[in-house]
Amino acid sequence: MTETASMGRAFVFGDNIDTDLLAPGHLMKLSAQELAQHCLEAIAPEFATTVEIGDFVVAGNNFGLGSSREQAAVSLRQLGVGAVIAPSFARIFYRNALNLGLPALFCEDAHRIAEGDQLMVDPVLGKITNKTRGEVLSCKPIPDHLMAMVRAGGLIAHLQSRRGT
Amino acid sequence: MAEAAKPKTSNSGQTLAQKLLARASGSELVAPGDIVVVQVDLAMAHDSSGPRRWKPHLEALGASLWDPSRIVIVSDHYVPAVDGESAAILKLTREFANEQRIGHFFDMEGICHAILPQKGLLRPGIFVAGGDSHTPHAGAFGCYAAGFGATDMLGIVVTGQTWTIVPETIRVELTGRLQSHVSAKDVMLLLCRELGMDNAFKAIEYGGPGVAAMSMDERMVLSNMAAELGGEVGLVAADDVTLAHIRAHGGTASEADLAWKPDPDAAYERTISINLSDLEPQIALPHSPANSFSIDHAVGAPIHQAYIGACVGAKLEDLHMAAQVLTGQRVAKGVRLLVAPASSQVTSDAAADGTLSILLAAGATLLPSGCGACAGMGAGLLAAGETCISTTNRNFKGRMGHSEAFVYLGSPYTVAASAIAGCVSDPRALSAELVGVQ
Ligand code: SF4
Repeated sequence: MTETASMGRAFVFGDNIDTDLLAPGHLMKLSAQELAQHCLEAIAPEFATTVEIGDFVVAGNNFGLGSSREQAAVSLRQLGVGAVIAPSFARIFYRNALNLGLPALFCEDAHRIAEGDQLMVDPVLGKITNKTRGEVLSCKPIPDHLMAMVRAGGLIAHLQSRRGT
Repeated sequence: MAEAAKPKTSNSGQTLAQKLLARASGSELVAPGDIVVVQVDLAMAHDSSGPRRWKPHLEALGASLWDPSRIVIVSDHYVPAVDGESAAILKLTREFANEQRIGHFFDMEGICHAILPQKGLLRPGIFVAGGDSHTPHAGAFGCYAAGFGATDMLGIVVTGQTWTIVPETIRVELTGRLQSHVSAKDVMLLLCRELGMDNAFKAIEYGGPGVAAMSMDERMVLSNMAAELGGEVGLVAADDVTLAHIRAHGGTASEADLAWKPDPDAAYERTISINLSDLEPQIALPHSPANSFSIDHAVGAPIHQAYIGACVGAKLEDLHMAAQVLTGQRVAKGVRLLVAPASSQVTSDAAADGTLSILLAAGATLLPSGCGACAGMGAGLLAAGETCISTTNRNFKGRMGHSEAFVYLGSPYTVAASAIAGCVSDPRALSAELVGVQ
């Protein structure tokens, strides 16, 4: 395990979780904090109030499809989600997530994780340890140059720290 | 952040996506999987994704814009202002465009994707980075046009560069001829079902005689909805139709631009062929564009609203399709037909050629040009339990208002026919009935 590894519970969702579920269009004028309270409410009304800092969102194929709106990834970060784990991601969501400091991990075996499982996730090694099931799953590691940005808290924080401001 | 481009020698031919990315990255050849740093030719953003997100960070970073003459800003999502917040967003956008001397700023003239071609800003071969997921729309002109989130766009407007992974290409070959009352929208609803929406990090390339026979308005539908397939871009190689369109809209194009086409032996991840002659009208049921079927699966489903709008579904030809069906007809009692033309130019063209009066005589309500209900922000939102049939490109839960509303997606023909019938209808049946009457 590397220093980027973290523990948390799994919140499990299906395929095709779209950006309107993550950040509903008609609420886009709300502040990031307020908008986050509506994250996924159309399919999981309790998610925003029960997810805790460091918990993981585990989903099916094509997570984050739809709009380019970054609020989809921002909402998950606001709620303290430690990483999103899915077999595949929509391209813009994937870029947005890393740009905003939210690790997004490609994991073919994400379906082996059940709601509430305790996970230890290491994005650098590409390793997910399911403590509840005593199982280790592998995921695509995030390349170093991108992980440096994720660790800094996203692209802007990364640019700032490199400028020394 | 990204590795330098590594040009690769390759024995097989190149897809259009490869050729465009080789140009943008200054490489001789690129292969799928390469991470390339590309120079952006045109950067586009709108009122929701652009200045209001960039401004605080530009200030904090003390950064300036790389080249305001290559930046296009379009206010389309929050127009016209309906409350204090949207008014403030539009004001900020205007002030930013002014202060930064943005080369191309269009305030309430229409939807960004409709504006780029209408203002002659596209040219085959260029790399367009857009702060909107439907930026692939511009791929109809043979540009590498991809969508990016606001933070990526911030990096782009500051540096003029970004990175991407050279995608594998899915080739869509269209043969045959569209039957009457069938359109490019039906092709895309079929493709959403056949290819699914999970083609991230792939390019979609359209070609064949079926594409060659299409107008630019129809080709833009193919490119636009490459976004629904999850594709990075939706490409159509330029031909004489493309060049004529660019010239007619004040842009620059030369015969040399026709060189932007795939090699005959290009290596595709796969090829899918569709015979347009066999294509029937398609319809997407709630809540996904991929939840699509041929129209007979949904005929008779009652609707409350019919919406003709969005970048994909309210161009001049879309309005023509609706008018063809609505001529001499009335919208069913209890159904509201809303028409939000894609740009003010479309509205004025439709007024000039008589289309608008046909729509209005049928009982349509004309809405401002802009994203409107498609973005879940403007006029025409739905209440819980309401059903709408729409020419837009997405029907996700909650997109057009309440999360308990239901949206069907269809072509302008299908939406217009459904508005008359008060329920989902096959536009071919309506015209057959009329022939019978006569
Ligand atoms: S009309 Fe709809 S799909 Fe097109 S840019 Fe606006 S919100 Fe996006």
